[in-house]
Amino acid sequence: MRKDVLNHGDTKTRRFNPLRAFASPKGAASPWFSRLLLWLPVLIFLLSTFFFPLSKILSLTFDPNTLTNLNNLLVARNSLFFTFYQAILSTLLTFALGLPAAILFSKFNFRGKSLLRALTAVPFMLPTVVVAAAFNSLFSYKVTGSMLQVFNLQPSTFYFLLILTAHTFYNTSIVIRIVGNAISRLDPKLEASARVLGADTIHVWEDVIFPILRPSLLAAALLVFMFDFTSFGVILLLGGSQFATLEVEIYIRALQLPNLNLAALLSVIQLLFTLIFSILYSRTINQVQTQTAPRFSQARSPKTLRERIFVFTVYCSLFTFFLLPLLSLPIRSLTRLEPDRGQRNEVQYGFTTDYYQELFVNRRGSLFYVPPVQAAANSLGFAGITVILSLVLGYPAAYALAKPTRLEKFLDPFLMLPLGASAVMMGLGFIISFGRLIASPFFIPIAHTLIALPFVIRTLQPALASIPERLRQAATTLGASPLRVWQTVDFPILSRATLSAATFAFTVSLGEFGATLLITRPEYPTIPIAISRFLSQPGGLNYGQAMAMATVLMLLTTLSILLIEKLRFNNAGEL
Amino acid sequence: MLELRNVVKSYEGKPLLNDISFTVSQGETICLLGASGSGKSTILRMIAGLDFPDRGAILLNGIDLAGTPPHLRDFGLVFQDYGLFPHLNVFDNIAFGLKMRNLPADEISLRVAALLGQVNLAGFDSRKVTDLSGGEQQRVALARALAPSPRLLMFDEPLGALDRSLKEGLLNEIRSILHETKIPAIYVTHDQEEAFAIADRILVLHEGTIIRDGTPSEIWKDPKFAFVAKLLGIGNVIDGEVVTENKVKTAFGTFDISCTKNVGEKAQLLITEFPSPAGEGRRGEGEAQIKLTVEDVLFKQDQFQVKGRGGLVIHMKKAPRIGDVITVQVQVKCLS
Repeated sequence: MRKDVLNHGDTKTRRFNPLRAFASPKGAASPWFSRLLLWLPVLIFLLSTFFFPLSKILSLTFDPNTLTNLNNLLVARNSLFFTFYQAILSTLLTFALGLPAAILFSKFNFRGKSLLRALTAVPFMLPTVVVAAAFNSLFSYKVTGSMLQVFNLQPSTFYFLLILTAHTFYNTSIVIRIVGNAISRLDPKLEASARVLGADTIHVWEDVIFPILRPSLLAAALLVFMFDFTSFGVILLLGGSQFATLEVEIYIRALQLPNLNLAALLSVIQLLFTLIFSILYSRTINQVQTQTAPRFSQARSPKTLRERIFVFTVYCSLFTFFLLPLLSLPIRSLTRLEPDRGQRNEVQYGFTTDYYQELFVNRRGSLFYVPPVQAAANSLGFAGITVILSLVLGYPAAYALAKPTRLEKFLDPFLMLPLGASAVMMGLGFIISFGRLIASPFFIPIAHTLIALPFVIRTLQPALASIPERLRQAATTLGASPLRVWQTVDFPILSRATLSAATFAFTVSLGEFGATLLITRPEYPTIPIAISRFLSQPGGLNYGQAMAMATVLMLLTTLSILLIEKLRFNNAGEL
Repeated sequence: MLELRNVVKSYEGKPLLNDISFTVSQGETICLLGASGSGKSTILRMIAGLDFPDRGAILLNGIDLAGTPPHLRDFGLVFQDYGLFPHLNVFDNIAFGLKMRNLPADEISLRVAALLGQVNLAGFDSRKVTDLSGGEQQRVALARALAPSPRLLMFDEPLGALDRSLKEGLLNEIRSILHETKIPAIYVTHDQEEAFAIADRILVLHEGTIIRDGTPSEIWKDPKFAFVAKLLGIGNVIDGEVVTENKVKTAFGTFDISCTKNVGEKAQLLITEFPSPAGEGRRGEGEAQIKLTVEDVLFKQDQFQVKGRGGLVIHMKKAPRIGDVITVQVQVKCLS
């Protein structure tokens, strides 16, 4: 394919293409110059919304006042320690569930396998507020509440365990995917060879299976750790600000106990560690890829009693663990269990649709002066702008990246750098750089675009790169005009990828919490912000509305995921 | 001596092998031939201890192996797709079995160096196995299996993934190594050329039993079964019908041979070229002359392959012309 592109590089400029036409209006510009034009929008955007704030954060961090303040350093040390502590525990817990699950999916066939696999993959895409609300709802029932009393946990211990569990809920699918893939690619002949050569079971594991799986285990561990390390919404919403990870501490120092110097220092520490982990991760994942053998379909039905017990136990645990929170949330959104605030009289408990109806009511006692449904309208509006903005910026860049020259290879890492910065850090950067300007609601879709852009580009790029020149030539020799060629060859491939990228940007914007929380104004709440405020207020009505909104958001996100999955670009048209 | 005694095995509820018995003597190489899916590999896995017979026994020098786990059996196994450890280099792959036996390091390096020489890979010690060609990988696999001086070597279609020229070279190497080391070997293949080249004895596996067991020349002379003749590419197998006790009617004429079949039954006949020149007047059992209309002639090195009407193939020193009617001296045998 790549060779093909090179061979026909000269014919490329002649064919009709609106983007190229836009890039070099009269065909007079040099390729280098027209490529730079393709890059211009996205570079200007990134420079002003990412690299400029980043430089502001850096200059605040390396301000002598920041680094000589002992209290700052103490807070930084403590939050770094706690971040590591919770991330390590979360990773261990995720592996405790993920490894048996990976073995289950790669080694065995059983009824409902694809359903269970889909179920475990859903949380990964869910917005943090939805997961937080779901886990919150799980322990709002009388049954579960009294069950907890049996264990007699300290509230803080309970919340900490809840955070770890939610992280496990989020990231188990990573272990299943990476480690499970590696296990199913493990050639069964290797074990047979080792045993015949004189290795007993211990040696088979120690000398063959474990060394081969090690890069995959490491890659999965690093990725899970990285997500746990940067987790924000789940920790803040489930545990509150007492669980001061780096992210939570940045948020506190940005808004609640303003100390922007300290916030900047924390976010630089955060960025530094994320970058180190990313580099380690990409190294190990490269190792995984060089060792991939063809897939061996060795999944079979469990035979021995031990295998059956294993499959049954893991199957039931996974089903319960992943289904309960996802079910509990919508059920709770339709159930009244406690009186609303100020409600003294006899209360009708049980099934209710009040929480959904209340979403359309503008109450004086409500948190906003707008009906909650306005939050949904805001979210949809912001998501719409995010989609347009990220496509307008992402398309030219993806087009340039599809046929990479030295320029593209140089610029690509800069494009992906925002992935390393957390959403909270981006919010902080906006606060520091744009000050009062961020009162304008337009900064919210800009922040969302910044987060969605790398994904959008990575979705469009392979589609653009895959359109085979030979198909275009075939169409041309069959008598198609340049416009027809574009209609019949380019468009069908591009439209799928575009829709997929748009849905992705839409989903990201809809669920974004961290950055939005830092830069939002009370007048323009989004759905996640509204949920978090409802959750933090007492009273049954507020709680119920949080559940109702989270349920709506969960359904919207799930629909988007299904759409993306359906459109997933699987090298269509690759020759 | 390895002995399989009445081994029975089913796979996913369906019978795969019923009543397999054979022996492999010291220094002997036997070839196990059969169609794919006939259970050849399963026999090897059971001998290696990676799988278990439903009934029957596998004995080595008279001792039942049932209680011996694979890592204590001291056998060597070479797979079609090598099964090399991707995380180890050439040296460590070959040394694996020696390390499992806790041999001292200097002894291991001496042994590995000797083996690398034996398989023509001297100096490859620190190469990554994933960077080697197919032929080189298979040599490493062979050296790895040989390293611990196994009591029995098993080859599971070892040359199946290699191209023709590589195949011949490696086949000769395997043969000379087996001769030198006198290690008894079982060689599984579906390629008759390999089988004839390497085997002291050929066993043909069909529908769960061994239907033919003999030296290559015995089997070439008398495959006995239509399946064996077709599998090994021996002569022409044609259909006929028994008309009287000593006569079988076919599309190529009626032949005077006796089959074990009853009159009126279908029979399959093997037609091979008669080895000695025709026209000596003496007619033995099954010797006959047939007339053949030439449909196609192929040049085959020192002779011509002649395809006649009805699909019969014979070989001739001089090329006939297409359309000629030629008379051929053949040997006809009844197959079961």
